Amino acid sequence: MSRPSFRRLVQSGLVLGAFSLCFGIVAGARAQTELLNVSYDPTRELYREINAAFIADWNARNAKKITTIRQSHGGSGAQARTVIDGLNADVVTLALAGDIDAIAQRSRKLPLDWQKRLPDNASPYTSTIVFLVRKGNPKAIKDWGDLVKPGVQIITPNPKTSGGARWNYLAAWAYAEKAFDKDDAKVRDYIGKLLANVPVLDTGARGATTTFTQRGTGDLLLAWENEAFLAKKEFGQDKFDIVVPSLSILAEPPVALVDANVDAKGTRAEAQAYLEFLYTPKAQAIIARNFYRPRNPEAADPKDIANFPKVDLVTIDGAFGGWAKAQPTHFGDGGTFDQLYKPAR
Amino acid sequence: MSEAALPRRDATVPAKAAKPRRARPIGSESRLVQILLIAVSLGFLLLFLLLPLISVFVEAGARGWSAYRAAITEPDAVAAIRLTLLVASIAVPFNVVVGVAAAWAIAKFEFRGKNLLISLIDLPFSVSPVISGLVYVLLFGAQGYLGPFLKANGIEIIFALPGLVLATVFVTFPFVARELIPHMQSLGSTDEEAALTLGASPWRVFFSITLPNVKWSLFYGVLLCNARAMGEFGAVAVVSGRIRGLTNTMPLHVEILYNEYMSAAAFAVASLLAGLTLVTLALKSLLEWRYGDAIAAARHH
Repeated sequence: MSRPSFRRLVQSGLVLGAFSLCFGIVAGARAQTELLNVSYDPTRELYREINAAFIADWNARNAKKITTIRQSHGGSGAQARTVIDGLNADVVTLALAGDIDAIAQRSRKLPLDWQKRLPDNASPYTSTIVFLVRKGNPKAIKDWGDLVKPGVQIITPNPKTSGGARWNYLAAWAYAEKAFDKDDAKVRDYIGKLLANVPVLDTGARGATTTFTQRGTGDLLLAWENEAFLAKKEFGQDKFDIVVPSLSILAEPPVALVDANVDAKGTRAEAQAYLEFLYTPKAQAIIARNFYRPRNPEAADPKDIANFPKVDLVTIDGAFGGWAKAQPTHFGDGGTFDQLYKPAR
Repeated sequence: MSEAALPRRDATVPAKAAKPRRARPIGSESRLVQILLIAVSLGFLLLFLLLPLISVFVEAGARGWSAYRAAITEPDAVAAIRLTLLVASIAVPFNVVVGVAAAWAIAKFEFRGKNLLISLIDLPFSVSPVISGLVYVLLFGAQGYLGPFLKANGIEIIFALPGLVLATVFVTFPFVARELIPHMQSLGSTDEEAALTLGASPWRVFFSITLPNVKWSLFYGVLLCNARAMGEFGAVAVVSGRIRGLTNTMPLHVEILYNEYMSAAAFAVASLLAGLTLVTLALKSLLEWRYGDAIAAARHH
């Protein structure tokens, strides 16, 4: 290569770099009518279907079209953190009210009484916590009491980052309170033994499911009911069984508008309609099809409803005095989880 | 050297017996040792480097060509590929310009704080990528030092393209400078001084003397820098916000697909990244084969 041509190469490289820099800034600033839904881990499949239905529904009735609904998924607590740090979410659809409370308290982007703005505690669907075990249930796990047997490996994500894990933990706690008649020492002993059987804590529910199903670790996965059904559907009915415990918790994953963000972007009407759409019969049918329990079962296919077993469910408000109390007691710094979890060495 | 390589028990052997051994030329170790050394290094490379790489391509093709095509032409995947290329096309030229400037300053001039500058250039190598991402969240996040100012002026940095570029620049900065510094140092500045005394302008000197002299190490640095820029996961994951189709780069997209039980699609995208590695490797080998003499000559100038 002769010198002048090399020089030309360098110059054109510099021009190209400057050009792409400008292009990047332009691309970053380009505005579109699109919504961003920041959600938790297992809702990927659900919102893919909901978003398509909502866009069709909205665009048929409105002149200002919605081009895209963007999704971001991760552990519920971690997702709340990114919204607090400035992720421009129009709506948040997280695993538990405590995480949206954290956004309201720390970023002040939505009012503290956000949960009263939509029906049913702002939770258009509910779920519960069940056990996913390997086919034939080789360790004969029937109820929460079997989880503390020596040699049973339990997979659950980290309650510090995962909403599902917090529901898992509280379901176990509710069972122990009932079984030991609210004897605090025995409850703590039970939870400590249960946590001692957990070999690894993933950051989100989906990571834990992958650990259990694809890496083959553990005898039992504490999972969202919807996640357990999905795992069976994805990997074949012949690989896993769902075990429904005697008692579980009513998990209410709430949804909320992030006021400061929608006002800055001018998307309030669209975002509000999106959340309200979740309560319509059309969305409720999609919800049931994706193994979440709809608030309005009549709207769903009876075949989907038949999937859901009858379980004795406690509520977060009834058994734990709401998230505002349960979050610091159990999952805050120095809470019961910190006291009782001793990582294996 | 050969003395140090001798087994320890030989130290007690009388000097007379040791003498002929010491005279043995390098390379005449027993055949067994040769075979053992080759087997160990080759086995390690096969088992820990080549086999996983092959398995990526095998998994990617597990569901056939049409599934592979579908996985890499799906809109989110295309967006991830475009974003990755865009980020690299900004970060790499930036690092080239700053890297050349830094290497030039270090190799050709003497100044106070030079050692500090060299240590700073190496900093990204020793900092965990997660930290590299988090510092930008701390600086530019909504709760960060500059967050309110950016918010008031409608500037988006983290969870948007600028944040991805910043994190990538941070992580890949040392590659170009690190390749250039030793080469430029070994060249010295006599050529440039000669050109200057002959009346060439400083820019002319730079483009006609300095740059052509180091072009191969520069190119090599760019290759490495680019490979890392496209493959970076940790730092980018922190500042991305994982918005599909918008702030999701290829490595993040691979993880998302894997978590959605779409292993074949995940490995299809991963195979593109792995393919990039192979292209880098091939280019490097081609360079050394075709211009090996030039490179060697430059190195021993």
